Amino acid sequence: MTAMIELANAEKTFTMHLQGGVELPVVRGVSFHADPGECVVLSGPSGAGKSSILKMIFGNYRCDSGRIGIRHRGTVIDLATAEPRQVLSIRRSTIGYVSQFLRAVPRVATIDVVAEPLIVNGVAREEARERAGRLLRRLNIPERLWTLPPSTFSGGEQQRVNIARGFISDLPILLLDEPTASLDAANRAVVVELIAEKKTRGVAMVAIVHDDEIRHLIADRIVDVTSFAAAA
Amino acid sequence: MSELSSLDNDQPLLVAEGLAKNYGRLPACRDVSFALYPGEVLAIVGESGSGKSTLLQLLSAQLAPSAGRVSYRMRDGVLRDLAELGEAERRFLFRTDWGFVHQDPAQGLRMGVSAGANVGERLMAVGWNHYGRIRDTASTWLDRVEIDVGRIDDAPKTYSGGMRQRLQIARNLVTEPRLVFMDEPTGGLDVSVQARLLDLMRNLVSELGLAAIVVTHDLAVARLLSHRVMVMKGGRVIETGLTDQVLDDPREPYTQLLVSSILPP
Repeated sequence: MTAMIELANAEKTFTMHLQGGVELPVVRGVSFHADPGECVVLSGPSGAGKSSILKMIFGNYRCDSGRIGIRHRGTVIDLATAEPRQVLSIRRSTIGYVSQFLRAVPRVATIDVVAEPLIVNGVAREEARERAGRLLRRLNIPERLWTLPPSTFSGGEQQRVNIARGFISDLPILLLDEPTASLDAANRAVVVELIAEKKTRGVAMVAIVHDDEIRHLIADRIVDVTSFAAAA
Repeated sequence: MSELSSLDNDQPLLVAEGLAKNYGRLPACRDVSFALYPGEVLAIVGESGSGKSTLLQLLSAQLAPSAGRVSYRMRDGVLRDLAELGEAERRFLFRTDWGFVHQDPAQGLRMGVSAGANVGERLMAVGWNHYGRIRDTASTWLDRVEIDVGRIDDAPKTYSGGMRQRLQIARNLVTEPRLVFMDEPTGGLDVSVQARLLDLMRNLVSELGLAAIVVTHDLAVARLLSHRVMVMKGGRVIETGLTDQVLDDPREPYTQLLVSSILPP
């Protein structure tokens, strides 16, 4: 395959043992792909399983059956059956995930939170911080906040820090879970620009966006998740 | 960066095969097998009595298994059965290549001698004999674990709980071990002190490319520090996987119970 991501009949069910073993089917028959330089947007109402699919592609949720092929360093690895070490390696050098919420690490300065993904991939600290600064400036985070940990920031500021952290890397796959959810118009426009730049660099993206206007601006293809609804 | 190269290393550092320990007729630990790779942090979680501390003692050769074995890759690259090591090799592991961070710092420190001597002692045990160099290295390490170097001549019995724990970490890491065992490293500390210690450990582990096995009943500790987690119950490993996978998508009834029992802050 030339696709960066290729899902074939992926399926996920939660079994809630504390609720008497209730089976909660989430999705089944999930099949789609994302090519380099392409942004695939998942659409469907809340609860249709969009976030669950992103989490399955990131390896955060386990996949019960089917296949999640990820092109990683030139070979295709099935994330549904990959060893934990392979998943970690894929996350470090292939897949980035921009979630809605920042999992704040206490005491780490904002600029270092953003620079970290570059540093773990071997970029020199100074260069990583410089690139982090550039991105924070584009996302309108004032320089006086850079040395503070983001845990005290407003929701919108934290989200922008999170976006900077997600977009700073040179990873070939990005998963975007509502990257523009609580942003103002100016910052939404910056995110749209960042996504366009990633496309020109051949990054494959799978995104969830509720805003129709943004979806229209970034989507190369729309995959309707309701067709994968597993609810009986 | 060391983390990158070490995580890509394909040779396991420590291998457990069919490990078991019985106390009389009581099985404390049953059929545990896994491999730990360089730079990897593994958390062992479970309640009191689940067998996690027994397992840690088996893995660190402090307790002989009733069945199974633990192998460790020595610095010459050869994987060796711990039960068959000679006394000199065991000493090398305990004094240099391994660290052991106890829940109670009094077990891992000499409470009556100075902080500098506590750190320097591990260096002297491996043949360092230049007082100035030992003191310089000890000072550097106190600074790295955020202890005021002005306190270097004070004994840890005059330190707070958090400082003692950080000193214990400095004492363990000064010999540049490749593997550190930690038994409830944040147990008994105030929450704010815990956060500082966790952050410090997280940075040191990643900067030094350390492998670590951390026993904890605190899932937040596992989330922050570990790549991979093993859940224990009744002496058995009942679920294992990537830390966020096990915590966000727990499969076993007991793991679901553990995860759902966390009180949101």
